[in-house]
Amino acid sequence: MGSCSSRAARIPDVDSIQRETGFSQASLLRLYHRFRALDKNEKGYLSRVDLQEIGALAVNPLGDRIIDSFFPDGSLQLDFPGFVRVLAHFRPVDVEDLRNRDPQEPEPLNSRMNKLRFAFQLYDLDRDGKISRHEMLQVLRLMVGVQVTEEQLESIADRTVQEADEDGDGAVSFLEFAKSLEKMNIEQKMSIRILK
Amino acid sequence: MAPTVGVHASLEVLAGLTGFHVSHKVTSVVPESALLIVLGFHVSHKVTSVVPESALLIVLGLVLGGIVLAADHIASFSLTPTVFFFYLLPPIVLDAGYFMPNRLFFGNLGTILLYAVIGTVWNAATTGLSLYGVFRSGLMGDLNIGLLDFLLFGSLIAAVDPVAVLAVFEEVHVNEVLFIIVFGESLLNDAVTVVLYNVFESFVTLGGDKVTGVDCAKGIVSFFVVSLGGTLVGVVFAFLLSLVTRFTKHVRIIEPGFVFVLSYLSYLTSEMLSLSAILAITFCGICCQKYVKANISEQSATTVRYAMKMLASGAETIIFMFLGISAVDPLIWKWNTAFVLLTLVFISVYRAIGVVLQTWVLNRYRMVQLEIIDQVVMSYGGLRGAVAYALVVLLDENKVKEKNLFVSTTIIVIFFTVIFQGLTIKPLVQWLKVKRSEQRDPKLNEKLHGRAFDHILSAIEDISGQIGHNYLRDKWSNFDRKFLSKILMRRSAQKSRDRILNVFHELNLKDAISYVAEGERRGSLAFIRSPSTDNMVNVDFSTPRPSTVEASISYLLRENASAVRLDMQSLEQRRQSIRDTEDMTTHHTLQQYLYKPRQEYKHLYSRHELTVDEDETQDKEIFRRTMRRRLESFKSAKLGVSPHKKASKLLKRERVQKRRNSSIPNGKLPMVSPLHDLTIKEKDLELSDPEEAPSYDAEEVSRGIEFLANITQDAATDSPSGIDNPVFSPDEDPGILSAVPPWLSPGETVVPSQRARVQIPHSPSNFHRLAPFRLSGKSVDSFLLADGPEEQPHAPPNSTPM
Repeated sequence: MGSCSSRAARIPDVDSIQRETGFSQASLLRLYHRFRALDKNEKGYLSRVDLQEIGALAVNPLGDRIIDSFFPDGSLQLDFPGFVRVLAHFRPVDVEDLRNRDPQEPEPLNSRMNKLRFAFQLYDLDRDGKISRHEMLQVLRLMVGVQVTEEQLESIADRTVQEADEDGDGAVSFLEFAKSLEKMNIEQKMSIRILK
Repeated sequence: MAPTVGVHASLEVLAGLTGFHVSHKVTSVVPESALLIVLGFHVSHKVTSVVPESALLIVLGLVLGGIVLAADHIASFSLTPTVFFFYLLPPIVLDAGYFMPNRLFFGNLGTILLYAVIGTVWNAATTGLSLYGVFRSGLMGDLNIGLLDFLLFGSLIAAVDPVAVLAVFEEVHVNEVLFIIVFGESLLNDAVTVVLYNVFESFVTLGGDKVTGVDCAKGIVSFFVVSLGGTLVGVVFAFLLSLVTRFTKHVRIIEPGFVFVLSYLSYLTSEMLSLSAILAITFCGICCQKYVKANISEQSATTVRYAMKMLASGAETIIFMFLGISAVDPLIWKWNTAFVLLTLVFISVYRAIGVVLQTWVLNRYRMVQLEIIDQVVMSYGGLRGAVAYALVVLLDENKVKEKNLFVSTTIIVIFFTVIFQGLTIKPLVQWLKVKRSEQRDPKLNEKLHGRAFDHILSAIEDISGQIGHNYLRDKWSNFDRKFLSKILMRRSAQKSRDRILNVFHELNLKDAISYVAEGERRGSLAFIRSPSTDNMVNVDFSTPRPSTVEASISYLLRENASAVRLDMQSLEQRRQSIRDTEDMTTHHTLQQYLYKPRQEYKHLYSRHELTVDEDETQDKEIFRRTMRRRLESFKSAKLGVSPHKKASKLLKRERVQKRRNSSIPNGKLPMVSPLHDLTIKEKDLELSDPEEAPSYDAEEVSRGIEFLANITQDAATDSPSGIDNPVFSPDEDPGILSAVPPWLSPGETVVPSQRARVQIPHSPSNFHRLAPFRLSGKSVDSFLLADGPEEQPHAPPNSTPM
């Protein structure tokens, strides 16, 4: 695969993308191929529909929310840097990276907090920085089988919010969200091996 | 010649299916008791969760063998190579091939081939040579063995055994890449084993001094002939089989038979031509699975699935039992401590070294790196099994003087790897993978979000494209669509290939048929068109709902808490206890009903499990929800319905609905940043099936939508009661339900309307099959909602069904 590095040069802005996301050139190249394969009409960007056509996402309860997170602020086009930026959240955390990191720099995209933030914004639809009981309920509806009654769902949503809610405002802020998951190994759970 | 082979083969099949215990001196009692025992194993999960079944079976075989020996004073049964190679091995390998997760397999084919070819040669050479070296040093005492004999032994002991590997890895849940590599290696190394074995056997026959360079070259050439030839035979038969099943529409009864007979024929043919039979039948299974599954009827598919699993499990059971029984025979044992122990040491050590070296090379090219843990599991999972035993028994005692020593060593090696390594590999995997943190109950948040993370990960994996090779795969799927599928698949099957849509289609088709039949029985089809709701369903939708009672506990709690109580202590206690039960209930509910992420339920390959149904149900449920939401947001974009207007409309509707069925407030998912862009191409309509949506023009679409909006408005009025999860309530907004008219929707068009389904006056028995769907969905799915062709008397003429 020695030819990879030479071919990776074809990706526009490859260096800055690499710096921002921390992907290796080989991974970038592979993702670039993937990007091009998803781009049905060679538009140079991805539309929502391009992603919706991935069959497996249709059977993923959170599939559409995840697709939406690729299109921040209601944009309709997803270019390659944007594509990679989202995927970079799922790069495994490299211990050496952490040690060598300059504290001045912003946190890398794959830090624990950024991974959590990614998940958080899937819940927080109105972008007010809080998961309301209503938003929690919506996610629950997506993720729970139909055998569960709405009453049960509501009671579960109540409980979940209550459990995490510390300041008593009836909603889960990002900090509360992070706190409720502090015992979980997010670094491992939200990383994909192939995205080295 | 072909017909003779055919007849011969079917006779063989018959013999294999019915007669082998008669014709091969095996009393039928043994396999039957074996099956009974396996049943026992499965009943008591405690035992099998610790000890692998294969190990238990071997021990059992030893006991049985002991009993027989004690009674008869002679070992009456043994596993003969003929029985093994002709009757027991093929079902197992066919099963493996037919249920092979193809995508994963071909994604890792390079790695698998390297391990299978280079790895096996390396194992054979190093083990043989090292043993020879030790022998020359005199540690083994006086044995009548030459270098070639050692190499022969090395080659037969080198190969990792598919049967043993499957039996053990089935119970150790390792990651899918690792599994497919070990599994694939064990299947594909057969060609190498067979060639090495044959070459060295002929060398031994020739005598060491007469072997020339030409012979070695011949050996290398024969490797390519044997492996490629075997594969080719398999592919040819797969092609034949697919072609045959394309035309069996009128002979459904024998459809499953073809699958078995033709694949078995591929095995026999390549055996006859001295090619690799295992490769042939494996590739026959791998290549035909897609087309056969699409061609044969649902019932035949079920028959094939179960019959294959049954034969494979049965064969596996018998193999391990017989391995145990065959070991109890005083005549075959010849002990040489140094030889046995060193063999064990060498095969383990060299396997580990080989794996590490090859992985080091591979990791430079692989996207998914094989980590240290993977390498340990791979080295440790190199189990030897019945193939080695059958090969060693095949040796000719006149040529290989120390056959008995080889046989006993092989048995020891098999027992050691299957029993000891099989027992320890599970704890090893668990120990390696996790530094377990302290045990505590996960909090609700953790449970919910944890599951959400799983879903997110699997979605991101899908988006980022799992394992390289996309380019090749695209090319292949193009080729497949353009040529192969056209030749090998029924026309109807070609149209609806998407798995999920396919299932829908089948169900809907049946529904539609029974629906129309019902109408005919009543003498008129008028009720199809009548939108009235009075002759509504008397199909019983009520299904046991897990726990309406449980949920109401929370109300109980609230009531109690507000009630006047003087004894605060007892109130507190009571609250506590109610709180606990409620907590438990909630956790339980979540545990049970949260959708499982893909990885957890898609078994890669399992010999014993056939649990597709549950997964499919889940898939379908989610699929419906997704499609519905997409259609909604599509519609809002397409027709330019402003979200605000829509929302207010919704609110009104909800209030109405709430009054009507006293279900819960807001069932509507807000538009997630709806598409306002009206320039979306018409092609974007092909929401579901990337591959084969038809193209159509805009006019048609909007007309269709209007039309459907009209009829669904009618349909939407017959709101059935008792829907609890509002995501499923059918009628928040009548228009949006069917943005894609059915005749434009990809796949097939037969989709009885909601009305159609709901209005069938009686005969609930027809619908029992659909009961779970109804519970889940009651109309739900957009495709179901889009009304079928028989529903469209007023459809515009140019848009009549295709």
